[in-house]
Amino acid sequence: MNLFGNLSWDALPWNSPLPLIAGAVVIALCVAVAAWVVLAGHLPYLWREWITSVDHKRIGVMYIALGLVMMLRGFADAILMRSQQAVAFRAEGYLPPEHFDQIFSSHGTIMIFFGAMPLTLGLMNFVIPLQLGMRDVAFPTWNSTGFWLTATGALLVNISLVVGVFSRAGWLPYPPLSELQFSPDVGVDYYLWALLISGVGTLVTGINFVTTILKMRAPGMGYLRMPMFCWTALASSLLIVAAFPILTATLLMLTLDRYLGFHFFTTAGGGNMMMFINLIWAWGHPEVYILVLPAFGVFSEVISTFSGKPLFGYRSMVAATLGICIISFLVWLHHFFTMGAGGTVNAAFGIATSVIAVVTGVKVFNWLFTMYGGRIRFETPMLWSLGFIVTFVIGGMTGVLLAVPPADFLLHNSLFLVAHFHNTIIGGVVFGVFAGIAYWFPKAFGFRLQEGWGVAAFWLTLAAFYAVFVPLYMLGLLGMPRRMQHYDMEMWRPWVLAAMIGVVLFGAAMICQVIQLVVSIRRRDLLRDETGDPWNGRSLEWATSSPPPQFNFAVTPNVAGEEPYWEIERRVIASRQNESGYEAIPMPRNTATGFVTGFFATITGFAMVWHIWWLAILGLVAAYAVFVWYAWRDVSEEEIPAEEVARIDQIHRKRRADRLARHSDAGESA
Amino acid sequence: MTTTIEAPALERHAAPYRLGRADGLATGHGEAGPASKRVVVAFGFWIFLLSDIVMFSAFFAAHAVLQTATDGGPTGRDLFNPTRVAIETACLLASSFTCGLSALATDARNHVWTQAALLVTGLLGLAFLSLEAQEFAAMIASGAGPERSAFLSSFFALVGLHGAHVSVGLLWLGTMMAQLFVKGFEPVIYRLICFNLYWHVLDIIWVAIFTVVYLIGEGR
Repeated sequence: MNLFGNLSWDALPWNSPLPLIAGAVVIALCVAVAAWVVLAGHLPYLWREWITSVDHKRIGVMYIALGLVMMLRGFADAILMRSQQAVAFRAEGYLPPEHFDQIFSSHGTIMIFFGAMPLTLGLMNFVIPLQLGMRDVAFPTWNSTGFWLTATGALLVNISLVVGVFSRAGWLPYPPLSELQFSPDVGVDYYLWALLISGVGTLVTGINFVTTILKMRAPGMGYLRMPMFCWTALASSLLIVAAFPILTATLLMLTLDRYLGFHFFTTAGGGNMMMFINLIWAWGHPEVYILVLPAFGVFSEVISTFSGKPLFGYRSMVAATLGICIISFLVWLHHFFTMGAGGTVNAAFGIATSVIAVVTGVKVFNWLFTMYGGRIRFETPMLWSLGFIVTFVIGGMTGVLLAVPPADFLLHNSLFLVAHFHNTIIGGVVFGVFAGIAYWFPKAFGFRLQEGWGVAAFWLTLAAFYAVFVPLYMLGLLGMPRRMQHYDMEMWRPWVLAAMIGVVLFGAAMICQVIQLVVSIRRRDLLRDETGDPWNGRSLEWATSSPPPQFNFAVTPNVAGEEPYWEIERRVIASRQNESGYEAIPMPRNTATGFVTGFFATITGFAMVWHIWWLAILGLVAAYAVFVWYAWRDVSEEEIPAEEVARIDQIHRKRRADRLARHSDAGESA
Repeated sequence: MTTTIEAPALERHAAPYRLGRADGLATGHGEAGPASKRVVVAFGFWIFLLSDIVMFSAFFAAHAVLQTATDGGPTGRDLFNPTRVAIETACLLASSFTCGLSALATDARNHVWTQAALLVTGLLGLAFLSLEAQEFAAMIASGAGPERSAFLSSFFALVGLHGAHVSVGLLWLGTMMAQLFVKGFEPVIYRLICFNLYWHVLDIIWVAIFTVVYLIGEGR
C-alpha cells in the first residue's frame, strides 16, 4: 500500500522535453505572478475584493478572465496540431502519436469546457442582474462556489500537462478506447474528474440563473419586457439544468467502469458502448445551444443598439429562442447516423435537425430587419455581429448538409465536420463573446476599449477564420479524416499548408487583442465613460453608473407602465431625477466558502486520479466541514447605510450631469 | 421574520385572460417584482431536484437497456428478495410521513415535536440503509457483485445512487437537528423546507426503483 497511490517521480515527463519545458515555463510564470502579488502587497485586496467576493459582477469578470486564459491555452494546442500536420507529410513530424492524441483531446476539452463555457457564463453573470434591475443573483455564495469548481476543473486539466498525461481518447471519451483495458494510464481519469467537478459548478450556476431570472426581476419587468439577452440566458440555463445531469451521470458510469470494474460500456460482461454515445450526445447537442444561445442574445442587444432601433420581431425572437431550447433535445442522434439505427430513425433525426435551421433562420432575418432602415454605427461590437451573421449562416448551411444522413455517411469523421463545428462555435460563440466583451467592457470597468486595435483584431480574426477553415472544408471533401498524426496524400498538402497560414493570422489577431487591452488601460482617462451609457443603449444596465456600485441600483428601478421595452432605460433615469428617499441596502457578505470548496475539490480530484484514497477521503471530510462551517454562520448579510447609498448615487449623478452639460450642443438625445 | 421585498401597488387593471391571481400582485410573477426569500429558496431547490431527477433518469435508462444483459449470470428473479424490498419500502414511505409531520410541527414552531419527528425520520432512513447494505453485501458475497455483468453494474449504480442520496440526506438531517438544537428555528427554517422536498423526491424515486428494478426485474 503506497502512501501516494500510483503517483511517483515517473509521472513527470522526463523523456519528452516539450511538455517538460512548457510545464516549467508555466509554473515559473505562475510562481512569478504569485510572488509579485504577495510582494507588492496586493494579496489582501485580491482576497477581499475578488477571491471571496460574491458580487455577480466580480464573479462574471473572473469567469471571463479564466475563459480568456484557457482560450490562449487551447490555441497553443491548435498551433501544435496545425504545425504538426504541416510538417508530417510522408514524415513523422515532431509530435509522436501518443502526444498528438493528447493535444487534440485537450484542445477540445479546454476550448469547450474551460474556454467557451466560462466566457458564456461570465457574460451571463455580469449582465443578467443589471438588465433585470436586481442587486445580485438568487444564490450569491453558490455562484462563487460554481466559479471556483469550474476553475478547479481547469486546474486539473492543466496539472495533467506536467504530472502524468492527459486523455488520448478525444474531447468526448468514447469507449471502449476510454476504458481501462485500452487507456490504462491516468489521462482519462484526469478528464473525468475535471469534468465531474466543473460539471457540478456549471449545474449550480444554471440553477442559480433560472431562479434569478424567473423569480427576482424588478417590479414591472414582465416576461415580454426582458431584454433579449436575458431570454437567451434563460433558455441556456434551462438547458444546463436539463442536460448537465446527463453528462454527470454518463461520466459517473465511465468512472465506475474504470475504478470499480463495472460493465456499463465495456466490451465484456454485456456492456453496451453505443449507450455511452447516446447518453453523451443527449447532453452534447444541448450543450452546443447552451453556448450559442447567449451569443445570439449578445448579437440581438448589439445590433439593436448600434442600429438605433428596437429589435425587429421581439416576440418571434423569444419564440425562436424557446423553440431552439426544446428542439435541441430532439436531435442528438445526428452525431452518429453511422451507428446503423436504420433509415426511419435517421430520417426522423435528420428532419428534426433541419427544423432547427428554420428557427435559427427566423433569428437571422430578425437581425437583418433590425438593421434595415437603421442608422448603423460600425463600432467593434457591431463589426463582430456583422462578421457573425455572414459566417454563421455558412456554418448553418454546412450543418444542414450534414443533417442529411446519406451525405453524413460520406462526411462523418472527416475534416468537413471539424470545419463545420468550428464554423458555428468560432463564428457564433467566440464572435458573440468578443462582441459582448467590447459592448459591456465600459460598464464593467468604466472606460471603453480602444477602437483601432479592436477593429484590427476583428478583421484579422475574420480573415484567419476563413484561411483556416475553408481549407479544412476542402480537405474534408477530399476525404481527409480528422485527428491524423501524419499523412501521405499529395493532394491534401496545399490545403494543410494554407490552414497553417490561417493559424498564424489567428495568432496576430490575438496579439492585437492583448495590445488593445494594454493600450485601453493606459489611455483609460481618455476613454472614460462618465454617463454610464457610452453606446446610447436602452436597456436597464445603462441606467446605472459605469462601473456600477456594489448594489447596482441605488433604488430598485420600477419599470411598470405602458412604455415598450425600448424605452425602459430612459424612463428609469427620468423617474430618478427627483429622488431623495434612499434606503439602507442589505447585501450578501463575502465568504471564502467557494474558494475553500474549490481548494478541497482540487485535492480530492487529484487524489482520485492517482488513487490516493486517504487524501480523497480527507478532501471529502474537509468539504463537509466547510459546509457545516458555512451553515453555522450567524450573519449572512451586511447593510449599506442609506447615507452611503445616497453619497455614491449623488457622485454618479453629478458626473453624468456635468458630462451632459459639457456636451449639450452635441445633442445627447434623450 | 422573512425578508420579504414588498411589491409596489400596481394599478389594478382587470385582465380576464390572465391565469392565477388576477390582481397581478403575487410577487415573483409577471410584473409584480421580486419574490420573497422563502419562495426564491424553495424554487431554486425545486430546480435542483428536477436536475437530480434528470440524473436519475439517465441511470434508469441505462438500467432499462442493460436489464437483460446478464452475461449468463444471475437474473433479478434469482437475486431479489421481495420481503426485504417490501420492508425497505415501508420504512421509506413511513419516514416520508414523519418528515411531513416535522413540517407541521415546524409551522407551529414546536421544538420538541419537530426534533422528535426528524429523529424518527432519520431512524427510519437508517433502517432503510442498513437493509440495503445487507442486500448489497449478500449479493456481493454470492458472487453477484457489479463486476459480474452489465445488468448488475446498472443495478448497483442505480440503487446505490439512491442509497447515496439517502446517506447524504441523513448527514444533512443530523447537521440540521444539531443546528436547530443550538440556534433555534430562525437559521434553519428554509433548510427544513428544502429537506422536506428532498426527502419526498427520494421517496418518489424509490417508487420508480421499486417498479422498474424490482417488480419488472422479478418478472425477467
